[in-house]
Parts: sequence; structure tokens; C-alpha cells
Amino acid sequence: MDNDNALLAKQYIWPGDDLTIIPDWVYTDQDIYNREVDRIFHGRTWNYVALEGEIEKPGDFIRSNVGPTPVVVARAEDGSINVFENRCVHRAAEFCRDLTGTRKEFVCPYHQWTYDLKGNLIGIPFRRGVGGKGGMPKDFKNEDHGLRKLNVITHRGVVFASYCNDMEPLAEYLGPEVLHEFEATFDGRKLKVLGHYRHTLPGNWKLYHENLKDPYHATLLHTFLVTFGLMVVGNRSLMLVDQSGRHGVMASAKSDAAKTITGDIKKEMRAYKEGMTLKEPRFMDFIEEFDSTWSVTMATIWPNLIVQREMNTLGIRQIVPTGPHEFIMKWTMFGFEGDDEEMTRHRLRQGNLMGPAGFLGLEDNEAIKFVQDGMQRVLNGQHLIKLDPATETGTADNLISESAIRAMYKHWRQEMGV
Amino acid sequence: MLDAPHDAKNDPRLAILLLHHEITAFNAAYADTLDEQRLMDWVEMFTDDAFYVIISRENFDRDMPVGLIYCENKGMIYDRAYALLKTAMYAPRYLRHIIGNQQVLGEESGIIRARANYVVLQVLFDRPNATLHQVGVYYDKFRRVDGRLKLAERRCVYDNLLVDNALCIPI
Repeated sequence: MDNDNALLAKQYIWPGDDLTIIPDWVYTDQDIYNREVDRIFHGRTWNYVALEGEIEKPGDFIRSNVGPTPVVVARAEDGSINVFENRCVHRAAEFCRDLTGTRKEFVCPYHQWTYDLKGNLIGIPFRRGVGGKGGMPKDFKNEDHGLRKLNVITHRGVVFASYCNDMEPLAEYLGPEVLHEFEATFDGRKLKVLGHYRHTLPGNWKLYHENLKDPYHATLLHTFLVTFGLMVVGNRSLMLVDQSGRHGVMASAKSDAAKTITGDIKKEMRAYKEGMTLKEPRFMDFIEEFDSTWSVTMATIWPNLIVQREMNTLGIRQIVPTGPHEFIMKWTMFGFEGDDEEMTRHRLRQGNLMGPAGFLGLEDNEAIKFVQDGMQRVLNGQHLIKLDPATETGTADNLISESAIRAMYKHWRQEMGV
Repeated sequence: MLDAPHDAKNDPRLAILLLHHEITAFNAAYADTLDEQRLMDWVEMFTDDAFYVIISRENFDRDMPVGLIYCENKGMIYDRAYALLKTAMYAPRYLRHIIGNQQVLGEESGIIRARANYVVLQVLFDRPNATLHQVGVYYDKFRRVDGRLKLAERRCVYDNLLVDNALCIPI
């Protein structure tokens, strides 16, 4: 088929009979994106929405998202956590505008339709009209017109929501190995939120997952990772993938890079800066605090959650897609109750590695933008994920591998039917 | 006959005016230093014990300490400058820092408190427009070192919570 016909027919044909070539339309096509919202974010998935500590008392709420869809996460008087769409059933207004707060009820500012903390419709002004005229139909029942409510689950202080009402429990959803890493970071200590970063990223949302299922880039792009021995060829490391292929954990044990990196490895790595030292070396200290053999783990939990444990800087990243070409990332950085002032400061100092101005973070954001730029300027393009053919999909025991990305696409294609 | 000239030397308003001018000149030089990406000169505008943070209005208003850039001393400011110049990967760009509405808030035991509004415009090379990259307020503490003003503290509190992709050059 020539290019013109392919464009008109808009057929989504996967190139080749394996997963080593990936077509650009996966990342650039509006119809594919719409189907992702429907089948993935609104489908059989658990989506991160909040930390329990952000909604500690009855009436506390935060604004959040499931996929692109705005939701409110609220704690009701009975202590339950409720997630419902931030969209008035009357005229669809996104009624809750504050990032966070405490309320007894939610009132849509447009016509004052009122909802309780569980999303039930409890009040309509002039519902019977005035003087026997106007008003709502007699057979209109409030209980049939609550806000769209989502299924909710919490684990170790982390709140997830789903549009699917018969979801498996989280442990089953994650699988034992990814659950183990999740529980190594959320180890039972009470979380203390230290603040947020929020940024847009002009790339497809899946590229962020792929970046963290791509240990190859970590050894090449990031000077701070390789020069200070955080993630470097020669370290003990693992790119873990769950049975389904959708979740992953990139893990590495810190080494002394000056000793690990031998002559021929060094030659391959432009990012390695021989003899680079810091005026503030405390910044790169790793204070042991977790029951884990890894000093760094980056968990990609399908479809919208990244759990960052980069030594002692800890954070949640929530993906909010806004279209095929852009997503919003909301970071929630945290420590634990019981951290003394110096430990909190250490986490904040080490936080310079991450976020949209982080030594690593800014490089990732730029690289992902470059990929999206590259895909938007060629028609019917495709590109390669061929590293490590010995492992077709799944867990890789080495860093020079793209088997975790292939595993994600195996799952994605099943869910999407392409 | 004209009145005798006002005794300008003893007018207390003059000291305030001079200090205000000195801070305005400092901020103009600060903006130039960053616009020209002379990051090692930028480092020298801070005292050895300086605190420098770029923090969202959201975090600042809620007493949450996380900053986009968080430096507890000049060593960390130096490390930031060194990393950006020698190691960091980002697309080339031009920036323009515009500083206005400058106010001296007070002076006590050698610390001058001041504030100013700022706007940072960014130009990437593949689009015609300059984007408003950040808008916010500097909350500052200045101190004199060998007679010259240096920043002992600069908190850049930004209003536009959603950062446009990446913040590469400091604010």
C-alpha cells in the first residue's frame, strides 16, 4: 500500500511478526489515544489517585485524575475514601476547583446542585419550581443521579481507583514480585508529604513508562547515575517485569563507580566524568533505611503510577495524559513520620536529582520530548526495540536490554486489540 | 531670593534610595548573568552559607519544603552550575529574566530583606514564540561581604504550578 492510501484507510497494522519494531502511530494517533482512555485508564486497571495522608480527616479532599478524567478523592464522615468524577451530572461543569481542602459537601457553583462526600446528589435548588411552575420532572430521583463513582482500594497508605467494579485485589494485580518491591518502599511507616512538582511533558504518556523500562539509557544519558555509581554497567542490577508484562521495576545496587568501571566499559560511556567531585558530597550519600538489596528502584505500575526510590529521595509520579502528544506529571515527594530534621533535609538535598529541574529528571523530560518531535515529522515512521534478543519479553538480568518495553507492548496490544 | 539648598546629605530618604538603587542594580546584574548563562558568575552572587530554592506557590503556601532546585549552601549552588555546564543534556535555549516591582522591606543586624516580582521568558529554537516559562516572586535576604551585596537567601516562589517540561537554567 502506498502512503496516500495508508493515510486514508488509517489501518493499524503492526509491522513484522514480533515486537522489535514499533510503529509511530502508537504514540501519535488520536484514535489510538481515545481507545487507550477507554480500554486502559477507564478499563481493567488500578489507577493511583492519592496518598491516604493527604485526606486524613473526614471532609478532606484532593483533586486528582484517572487517565485524563478529573476526579475528587474525599474522606467521608464514616472514614471511607471515595473517588468520584469531578463533573456535575446537571451540565457537566468541573465543579471542584481547589487542589485540596476540607468540605462538608460539594456544591456546583453554576446552579448549586449539591453532593455529599460520597458523591451522592443531595440537593437541587427549585426542584419543585416556583408557584407550581417549572422545576424538575416529578419522577426525577436523586439516587439515580449521583456523580459517577469509582471502585477504591488502598494499600500501605496508597489510594487506587478503578472504573471497573470487579477488579482483582491489588496484590493480584501487581503480582508477587512487583508487590514485594512496592512494599519495600511503602514499608509500613507513616508517610509524610514533603511537597509536589507538576509539569507538562510534550510526549506520549507511554514513553515515560518506556524510559523506566529502559535501563540501557540510564547507563548512557545520565552523568549523575554513572559517575557516582548509582546505575552503571557492572553494578548488581535487575529489570524486573511481572507476569502480565505491564508492570516493571528497574533496580540497581550502588557501587563505587571508580572501581566498577573498567577501561573498555568507560570507552562506551560519554556521560562518565572521570574525577568529577561534588563540593557538597553529602548530597549523594545513601542512608540505609529499607529492607532491600537495592539502593535504587523505579517501579512502573500500570497505567499511571511510578514509584521512585532513588536512595533516600522518595516520590510518586502520577501520569495524567491529555492527548497523544502530551501528558501532565504530578509528583508527590515524601518522607516518613519519625524522620528527624536532618533526614528530611537529606531527602530534600537529594531531591535535586529528580523532578523537572532534577539532574536526571530534566534530561529524561528533554529526551522524551526529542522522541515525540522525531515521530511527528515523518509519515508512517517506525523505530527499534531490538536489544537483548535472548529475552523476547519479560525480566532482564542485564542493563543492555529492551525486553521490558517489549513485554509492555505485548500487554498493550492485547488490551487495545491492535 | 531662593531658599538655601536642602541638606541632601542628612536626608534619611537618601540612604533608602541608595540601598534601593543598589539592590535594583544587583538584580539587573543577576538577570544578565543568567540570561547570558554565565553560571559560574551567578554562583559568586551568593554568600558561602546561602540558601537558594525554587519552590511552587502550592508548596510555599502550605509550608511544604520541596523545591525544583534546593541548595543549602554555596557548594550546592556551585555543583548545580557545574552540572548544568558540564554534564546536563538539554536542548539549547535563550532565556530572559525580567525583574520588577522591587521593594526593600527592612534591614536588621546586617541582613537586608527585599522582594521582587520576576518573569522568565524562554525561546526554543524550533518555534517562533517566546513562552512565559515562569512567573513568581523573589523573597530575598542580602548581606554585605567586603562591602558588596550578596544573596544570603533567595526563595523563588513561582505561581505557574505546571512547569513547561523542564527547568534547565536557574531562576
